[in-house]
Amino acid sequence: MEWVNVILQGVLIGGLYAMFAAGLSLIFGVMRLVNIAHGDLIVLAAYVALMVTQTLGIDPLSSLLLVTPIMAVIGYALQRGLLNRTLGDDLLPPLLVTFGLSIIIQNGLLELFTADSRKLQAGSIEIETFQLMQGVWVGALPLIQFVVAVAVIAALQALFYRTALGRAFRATSDDQAVAQLMGLDTRHVFAMAMALSLAIVAIAGVFLAVRANFDPAIGPARLIFGFEAVIIGGLGSMWGTLAGGIILGVSQAIGAQIDPGWQLLAGHLAFLAILAVRPQGLFPKVSG
Amino acid sequence: MPDAPLLELRAVDAYYGDFQALFGVSLQIDAGQVVAVIGANGAGKSTLLKSIAGLMRPRRGNMLFDGAPIGAAPAFEVVARGIALVPEGRRLFPSLTVEENLKIGGQSGRPGPWTLSRVYDLFPVLAERRHLPAPALSGGQQQMAAIGRALMSNPRLLLCDEISLGLAPIIVRDIYARLPAIVAEGLSMIIVEQDIVQALNAAAHVYCLQEGRIALHGRARDLTRESITAAYFGV
Repeated sequence: MEWVNVILQGVLIGGLYAMFAAGLSLIFGVMRLVNIAHGDLIVLAAYVALMVTQTLGIDPLSSLLLVTPIMAVIGYALQRGLLNRTLGDDLLPPLLVTFGLSIIIQNGLLELFTADSRKLQAGSIEIETFQLMQGVWVGALPLIQFVVAVAVIAALQALFYRTALGRAFRATSDDQAVAQLMGLDTRHVFAMAMALSLAIVAIAGVFLAVRANFDPAIGPARLIFGFEAVIIGGLGSMWGTLAGGIILGVSQAIGAQIDPGWQLLAGHLAFLAILAVRPQGLFPKVSG
Repeated sequence: MPDAPLLELRAVDAYYGDFQALFGVSLQIDAGQVVAVIGANGAGKSTLLKSIAGLMRPRRGNMLFDGAPIGAAPAFEVVARGIALVPEGRRLFPSLTVEENLKIGGQSGRPGPWTLSRVYDLFPVLAERRHLPAPALSGGQQQMAAIGRALMSNPRLLLCDEISLGLAPIIVRDIYARLPAIVAEGLSMIIVEQDIVQALNAAAHVYCLQEGRIALHGRARDLTRESITAAYFGV
């Protein structure tokens, strides 16, 4: 029963990793931009949520109603004002600019909020648990987090394949020049993709901040988890990203159960093993 | 007094970096007219279409569409103004279905006669295959889808770049046979072709490009084969 609990916890945390990864994967898919600042944007979202909850005195989950649109607007402005100028045939300029952005966000947060660890308090929901069966317990918050993650992935999938915006994303991803010839303003399409990515980042950031302590320096590690989930799942597949997050979460949970020091190592080893055996990931996009 | 031309190019120079691809190209097309642009490989035909469509910006000269300059407008604005391009090599979006490709064309929201069902009337085979991914179509069907996609934006001017490229002659004839039905809706067309016979049959007016310059132009029926050959090869 102990192992059932361990694996269950890993699956639930995998939902959070999938949310880290989904925004990253979306941006890379639509505009071939590797966003090195993604993890720091997650932390930024956590601090925005901290300010919103403290100022308005609302609980973290309700604060998402504000934090999500705030982050989406930041994403749109960031893309229109900065990142669109870095895009071209060369992958390097956006990589360098988002790397710089990562440093700016970390140090900006450090100046504003100091290096102290913070946490969002969600009240009694944090300690509520259900007994699934004899000896197997689930926390309410990890369960909510997982359900939200599945809903986010399902919504993204539906948006990509059932809406005009999703069609524009896929067309722009296929062929930017022709997308423009068909009347799509690719600068706007890219900015909408970044807005959507940071909306997901907002949700991920709030759940991260409720779950554990955060400080301005923890972004890069979240970026790594996101990358690993994307690569394990296979680029371009949303459900694959969820599977990738779950595999990463379960590996970490198993590692931690064996020895607490092995938690991160076990995740990285699982990632490397899958990269070695299936470099295209478990569920690569079926090429049309 | 005759109406102003729908599209007028005056002394357009276009460059790729330091390489000049068009030299003082002047051209005009009236509403409802079909114009063919012919010329050998590298004569500047595709450059001309890219310049009109807004994919590249001419360095000198004027381009007026419906009386307003379009030389500085980006491609997506040019589409909104009513110019659509059927690109060379068709370039359908491979990860979209046939119908999604057509819908992307319609996303500019220009009102007009062309809808999904009208495109399917014109090319019935596309209706049968609407839910297939674009790469699953044959070359000819892909060309039909590319034309349909451009029509979905309800252009006033349709630019067709090398429709016949890589297609069997019977398919080319089949596609050209549908063009009159498109022109009947009142739009104008610029057809860029290497297949001179098709171009001369389809168009009322012909421009021949040679090394970036207009070497010859006139009404299709007035031009002799000899004069076209001379302009085409520069002999």
